[in-house]
Amino acid sequence: MRPVKPGVLAVVTVVALLSARDARSGEHEAGRIFDGPKTAAETTPLDELVLAAQRRERVQMARPCADAVFVRRAYLDVIGTLPEPREVRAFLADRGKDRRTRLIDDLLRREEYGDYWSLRWCDALRVKSEFPINLWPNAVQAYHHWIRDAVRRNLPYDLFARELLTSSGSNFRTPAVNFYRAVQGREPDALAGAVALTFMGSRIETWPAARRQGLVALLSRIRTKRTREWKEEIVFHDPAPLGPLSTVLPDGAELVVPADVDPRRALADWLITEDNPWFARCAVNRLWAWVFGRGLVHEPDDFRPGNPAVMPAVLDFLAEQLVDSGWDLQHVLRLILCSRTYQQSPVPSGDPKKAARLFACYPVRRLDAEVLIDALDWIGGTGETYLSRIPEPWTWVPEEDRTIALADGSITSPFLELFGRPSRDTGLFVERSNRPTDDQRLYLLNSTAMRRRLEGSPRLRALVKKAGRDLNGLIAETYITLLSRSPTDDEIGTVRAYFVSGERRPREAAADLVWALINTKEFLYRH
Amino acid sequence: MSVRHRSRLIRRRAALRGLVLGAATLPLIEVFGAGTVFGEEPTRDSATRAASARSVIEIWLWGGPAHLDTFDPKPGAGPDYCGPLNQAIDTSVPGIRVGSSLPLLAAQADRYALIRSMTHGQFGHETASYITQTGRDPGGRLVYPSIGAVVSRFRGYDEGYEGEVPPYVVMTTLQGRFSETGFLGPRYRPFVTGGDPNRARFAVEGIVADGITDERQRNRRELLHELDSLGQALPDSAAFERLDRCEDKAYEMILGDAGRIFDLREESDAERDRYGRNTLGQSCLMARRLVEQGVPYVKINSRGWDTHKQHFQSMRRKLPELDRGVATLLADLDDRGLLDSTIVWCCGEFGRSPKVQWEAPWNGGRGHYGRCFSALVAGGGFRGGQVLGATDEKGEQVAERPVHPRELHGAIFSQMGIDPDGALPNPRALDVRVAEPTASGARRLPELL
Repeated sequence: MRPVKPGVLAVVTVVALLSARDARSGEHEAGRIFDGPKTAAETTPLDELVLAAQRRERVQMARPCADAVFVRRAYLDVIGTLPEPREVRAFLADRGKDRRTRLIDDLLRREEYGDYWSLRWCDALRVKSEFPINLWPNAVQAYHHWIRDAVRRNLPYDLFARELLTSSGSNFRTPAVNFYRAVQGREPDALAGAVALTFMGSRIETWPAARRQGLVALLSRIRTKRTREWKEEIVFHDPAPLGPLSTVLPDGAELVVPADVDPRRALADWLITEDNPWFARCAVNRLWAWVFGRGLVHEPDDFRPGNPAVMPAVLDFLAEQLVDSGWDLQHVLRLILCSRTYQQSPVPSGDPKKAARLFACYPVRRLDAEVLIDALDWIGGTGETYLSRIPEPWTWVPEEDRTIALADGSITSPFLELFGRPSRDTGLFVERSNRPTDDQRLYLLNSTAMRRRLEGSPRLRALVKKAGRDLNGLIAETYITLLSRSPTDDEIGTVRAYFVSGERRPREAAADLVWALINTKEFLYRH
Repeated sequence: MSVRHRSRLIRRRAALRGLVLGAATLPLIEVFGAGTVFGEEPTRDSATRAASARSVIEIWLWGGPAHLDTFDPKPGAGPDYCGPLNQAIDTSVPGIRVGSSLPLLAAQADRYALIRSMTHGQFGHETASYITQTGRDPGGRLVYPSIGAVVSRFRGYDEGYEGEVPPYVVMTTLQGRFSETGFLGPRYRPFVTGGDPNRARFAVEGIVADGITDERQRNRRELLHELDSLGQALPDSAAFERLDRCEDKAYEMILGDAGRIFDLREESDAERDRYGRNTLGQSCLMARRLVEQGVPYVKINSRGWDTHKQHFQSMRRKLPELDRGVATLLADLDDRGLLDSTIVWCCGEFGRSPKVQWEAPWNGGRGHYGRCFSALVAGGGFRGGQVLGATDEKGEQVAERPVHPRELHGAIFSQMGIDPDGALPNPRALDVRVAEPTASGARRLPELL
C-alpha cells in the first residue's frame, strides 16, 4: 500500500473548511505546486495599500507562492537567469524565516543583475547602432557600459537622469551624451519626444501645442559637431548669439533661461525634484512594470489625464520612497520584491480578469526573448550566432557571454527576432512583445535548432548517465534542472508510465521527457 | 514607349483603364502630378474598389541586380558599360527588348510590365532596402512595416484568413537588415521557411522534423499535456489560451496539410525541371503552390546579387536561373488561371552602376546604384506587354516618368483591394496611411493598371 502523504490530510481539511476556490484548486494537484503556506510571505506597508485597493473592489489577494516557485521567479525576475539545481536545493533546504529576503539581497548583488536590469534600461534608452537610431557601434558600447555601470553601482536616479539630460562632450568619451543621439532625428522636437517619453513617461504628441513647443524650445540649443574621428560627434550647448530663452514648462509655468545658462540645465532643475508630478512616478512605475509586466499606469510610458493609475496610493507611496531614499532605485525594487504582493501565487483567488487588473495574483508572462534563449543555451550547452541589420558592429560575441548582456540592439539573431525582442527604435514599452505566435510554438516544438540543442546537451547527457537505472532519480533530476522543483507523485506516475509502455527506447523516452518539460507553460512562463 | 496588351486578357476593368491609358502619350509626370486627369473615379472610397488580386509573389533580388544586364539593356553604350553582356534581344512584344541572358522571359513579355525608371537615389543597402520594402523614406519617428507585413495585416488572420500556411511566407531566410514588421509588431512577422527547396526534401523549419514519426509526435504531445501542471492550475488564463491556440496551429502544420503543401516531392520531376533545379527556381515553384492555397504574400529572398567583383561571371550563372524561374512561374500561373489574381513583382533594392568598374580591386564589377533601376510587375490586374519610364542612353539617369517604390507599393495595395489612402493601425495611434500619400486624388501607376 502506498503510504499516506503527510500533505493529504491537511489538504482534505482545507478543502472542507475553505471557500469554493480552494475546493477548485483541490481538484488539481497542480494548484498545490504553486501555492505556499499562508505564512510564507509577510505583509509590508506597500501591501497594506495594495490590499486596501483590492478590498475596495472586493478582490482577494492570492495565497503566497510556494518556495520552489519563489526561487525560480526571483532568479528570473532579478537576474534573468534560471537557477542551478544546487541553488534550488540550497534555498529549499534553508529554513530561516528571512530566506526569501536573503535570496533577493544575494541576487541583487550578482553580476547578472547588472546585465539584466541594464538590458531593460537600454530598451528604454534605445541603445542600438545606426538605423534608425543614430549611434555608431563604439558609441553604443560606451553608452551601454555607462548604463550598466550605473545600474550595478545603483547610481542615484536623480544623478542618472541629470547626467543623461545635461552632459556635453564626445559621444565616444562622455557616454551620457548619447541620450541625445539615440533618437531618430536631430531636430529639437525629436529630442523633446525622447525626453518626455523617457523621464516623464509621457507621449509628447498628446500634449497641448504650447507646452510641446515649450519643451522643444528648451532642447533647441543643442548642437553637434563632427571630429576627425569617424562618426565621433560632440554634443554641446550653443549659447551665443541667441540671448535669453523664454518658454513654457510642461506644467504650464513660464520660464526665462538667461543667455549664459544651458536650457537643458533649467529643464533638469525643474524635472528632477521631489514634487515634480512626473519624474519619480514615471521611474517607480517603470520598475513596477518591469517586475509585473504591467504598470500601475499602463502603458508605463503613457502618463496622461485620461489614463490614471490603477492603484494611485501605491504609485505615490513608491514615488515617495524613491525620493526619501535619496533616489535609490534598488531600494524601491527591493520593496516590491520583498512584498507579499510580489510573492503571490500565480493562481488567483477569484475572477482571474479582476485579479489581473488589481495585481491580485502573480501575472504569468512568457520569458523575455533574451532570457529564454539564455535558458535554452544553458540547457543545451549551445551558443547563439548573431547577425546585424547594419554591417558595422562586430557580431562575433564570445561564447560564454550571455544574451542578456548584449549591448547593441542592432546585434540580433533569428531567435531574438522571433521571440519579440524590442527593436529599440522608439524606446516604447510595447516594443517588447511576449505574446506567443504560431512560429514560436513551431520553433519550440519541432525545430532543428531545438532538436540539436536537446540531443547534443552535455548537461542532459550527464544527467541521464548519472541516473543510470534509477528512473525516479532521473525524473527528479530532470524536474529540478528544468522546472526548479521536485515532481509530484502524479507526475512521477505519468512519466514512469511513458517510460515503461514498451513502445519506445529509454533514450527516446528521456528525450521526450525533456522536450515535454521545456514545452510546458511552467518552463516557458514566469509564474 | 510601347503600350500594348494581350487582347484576350482584356476584361471590362482593363478596358476602362485602357481608355485612361490614352493619356500615356502625354508627358506622364505631368499627368500624374496633376491628378485631375483621373479625377472622375473617387480613389478614397475603398469600399467600391474590388480586389483584382488575391496574392502577391515578390521576388527580391537581394543586393541589387544590374538593370543594364537585365531589363534595361543599353547595347549602344559601349564596352565600358556593357562588358560582355552587350546584346539586347527582341521580346514577344514588338519594341520591347531585354538583356540577352533572359530569352525565356523575352518570349513572355506580354505577361509582364517593366518599370525602367524606378528611383530613390539611395546607394546603401540598408536605406535602399528600407525604402524599397516599406515604400517610405527613412528618418521619421516611425519604423514602417514592409509591404508583406501590411498585406498580412489586411489579408491575414485579422481579416479572417484561415489557411493552413501562415499568410506571409518568406523563402528561405529573412533579409535581416531591416525590421520586417516595423511598428505593426510581431503578429505580422513572416513565416520563414529555412531549408532549401532545391534539396530532395524541402526541410521547412518547424514543420518537417526528420527522424521523428508522426506517432511519436502525437505521443509526446500527449505527455506534454499531462505534465502541463501550470496550465492545469490556471484553466481560465487568457494568456495560456492564446498559447494553446498557437500550439493547435503549430500541430496543424506539423501533422496536418501544411506539411504536404510544402512537400515538393508531390510535383513531377518534369515540373521541377521546368522551374530549374536551383534554389530560386524551386522557390518559384513553391510560391506557385502557396498561392494555389490562397497565401496572400509570398516573398522569395534571392541572394547573391551584390556583385562588386566577378560580376559577369556571377551573371552568367544567375541570370539563366532567374530567367527560367520567373518565366516558368508566369507561364504556370497563367495556365492555371492564377495570374489574374496573383501579382508578381521582382526587383532589388537598387540597380548597379552602369559603368563597369574595370579597375582593381573590382576587376570587372558593378557598384550600388540607386539613381535608377528596373522592376518587373505582372498579374493581378497589372497589364503586361508594356514599359513604363525610361533611362538615358547609358542607364545612368531617369529620363522619363520617375517611379518611386512608394508608387509601386500603392498600386499593389490597390490591386489587393487595400485602400492605399486608408488608415494603417499603429500602436501610437498616429494618423498613418497604408501607403505614402501622393498628390491628392492621384492613382498610383495608372499607366500599368
